[in-house]
Amino acid sequence: MSKSHNFRDIAVISVASHQTKILSQVNEVQLMADLISRSRNSAGLKQEEIGFTCSGSSDFLAGQAFSFVHTLDAVGAVPPISESHVEMDGAFALYEAWVKLQIGEVDTALVYSYGKPSAGSVIDVLATQLDPYYVSPLWPDCFSLAGLQARSLLDKGSISLERMSEVAMRSQKNAFDNPNGVRSSEDISLDDLMSEPAIADPLRKSDLSEIADGGCAVILAADNKADSLCDRPAWIKGIDHRIDSHTLGARDLTRSPSASLAAEKAGRNSDRLDIAEIHGITSAQELILEKEFALEDETKINPSGGALASDTVMASGLIRIAEVASRIISGQVDRGLAHATSGPCLQQNLVCIMEGK
Amino acid sequence: MSETEEPLRAELTVEYPFTRTTGDVIGAFMTGLREKRIFGIKRQDGGVLVPPLEYDPVSSEPLTEMLEVSQSGVVDTWTWVDPPRPQSPWNVPHALALIRLDGADTSMLHAVLVDSPSDMSTGMRVTAIWEEERVGHIADLTGFVKEVEESDS
Amino acid sequence: MTESHPSPSPLSKKVEIPESIREVEPVRSIRSPVKLVYDFVPSPPVQEYLRSYSKKRILGHRSPIDGAVFVPPRGVDPRHGVLIDEVVELPDRGHVGNFCVTHLPIPGRDDLDTPYVSAWIHLDGANVGFLGLVAGCDNDEVHIGMRVQAVWKKEEELGNTAENILFWKPTGEPSIPPDEAGNRAWDHDK
Repeated sequence: MSKSHNFRDIAVISVASHQTKILSQVNEVQLMADLISRSRNSAGLKQEEIGFTCSGSSDFLAGQAFSFVHTLDAVGAVPPISESHVEMDGAFALYEAWVKLQIGEVDTALVYSYGKPSAGSVIDVLATQLDPYYVSPLWPDCFSLAGLQARSLLDKGSISLERMSEVAMRSQKNAFDNPNGVRSSEDISLDDLMSEPAIADPLRKSDLSEIADGGCAVILAADNKADSLCDRPAWIKGIDHRIDSHTLGARDLTRSPSASLAAEKAGRNSDRLDIAEIHGITSAQELILEKEFALEDETKINPSGGALASDTVMASGLIRIAEVASRIISGQVDRGLAHATSGPCLQQNLVCIMEGK
Repeated sequence: MSETEEPLRAELTVEYPFTRTTGDVIGAFMTGLREKRIFGIKRQDGGVLVPPLEYDPVSSEPLTEMLEVSQSGVVDTWTWVDPPRPQSPWNVPHALALIRLDGADTSMLHAVLVDSPSDMSTGMRVTAIWEEERVGHIADLTGFVKEVEESDS
Repeated sequence: MTESHPSPSPLSKKVEIPESIREVEPVRSIRSPVKLVYDFVPSPPVQEYLRSYSKKRILGHRSPIDGAVFVPPRGVDPRHGVLIDEVVELPDRGHVGNFCVTHLPIPGRDDLDTPYVSAWIHLDGANVGFLGLVAGCDNDEVHIGMRVQAVWKKEEELGNTAENILFWKPTGEPSIPPDEAGNRAWDHDK
């Protein structure tokens, strides 16, 4: 984004997230009540002091029309709040909140999203997002489509099965220290992973994201407000989202031009990156993204373990932003890239670059 | 709730009995399937989009010139689906593939019906097989099978 | 004033339908049914609420903010977005906060003669109402503020379900004035 537009400085000032294999002790409303109040408390804000609230969730996933209205019970929406919702990952809700803050009418925003795939078949839910004439009636699952993509990469020679397993291993090892890491291991070896059978040929189980229940809440604040509420805000230096065609057969599945362009527009090239939290549902997708974002050795990729370790549909992208922001807020790193994806085979992509001052 | 009690649970089934209007282009493709023909649509650059869309997925130009393509082509990429998905047209393990038909510049998603993944390879030639009863639906195509090589080729 | 627009013309040029299918009946629509199956496991407070019905007990949740009582218990105070864990038992008596006389049958409820009366039942001690049927009197007699009590299924038919309450019948007690009937949770907040 260009400086000539007088953009406001907007930062992530607090985050809270939770992921687990099956959320059995609380429902989505209770989970989000806890996460939202934790994020507000650490920012020192009450709901009535928050200018705008935006959430992301899926009705097909919840099995209930307008299910997000129910979850507003978790916010404390009385007296009536200024509120919006996207049927997308919470990262895209964060983009809407960022735009709202840029307009200048509000100085703070709450963004949250959640998913409880354990209640139904997320594989079938995701099949319903595809072309309803040519593709959806064949009910391909998201991992099979990602399998087509991985094979294209292997056939082209741009990745190898070993590289895929290295990414899977990186995820499991990094997730070991992450309380939200559902699939993690301190000492998994490459041989262990490479001896697994393919389940969405050529993808093995460890190449596929581990589906998890969970949610995430994030507080944004602008300008002086961010400085007054947070010692070290994670300033959003650039944010952009782009989309490729939904027609799988007309795309080069070995690339994600929308991811590359979103990164460029978000200012990927302006400085070094200490970390990158990238959102792929397969090891092969992480390899595509590493290339599209031109990530080098100096950048630590997915220190949380990424979506491979715990993938909560509708929240995995926002959690990537939260993972980068929390490390900046705590002073561990100075600058990082967070990425969220939606649609089949990295079709839609959002990139958010944050830095501490 | 005591530790020993099984949690209460309830099954909920939500069904959406959609009927979708096709419009001219998709309607012609579906009509073709019913008549055992596969149609594409010509793009601005002369390439052929199969299956056809009203607008070019890259340039968004409106497309109008439909033409028939071959029922045989090559596998661009594939994966193996086992077990088959419950609502899919297939009840046996099968390959799912992007298939580029001869005369087409894009590929379409469908099944390749072979016994095992060892029968599959990128670049292999396949040909369409059809359902006996066809209604104008993507599943009028039973799937694709290995093309039998002609003796003189 | 709303302008009238012509119906949309999606393409500037007419689509050239291939000659080989020009003479046959065109396909104009496809069927693409979707079936999604869910396995709902209620959260612990709702589990407890449902199980209590089998003992003819109705449970609510008391807000830690101001003591307002919510039924059914959902684990949160929706006004403040705070978690609740204090369970209270409520009597099976209350008043009609609002009601509707319905002449349309409910699919799957052949046992329910039309017209029937559905009502917001406000239990004594609760600050919000929940939905129930009112019977045991003429429909014309149902009014806002009318005192009612639960009519339960026979002991041997009780299950872990709110369906244990067949309907709510008038108690004959003096009615509550209409302007004192109904939701009290938001008043409570002031």
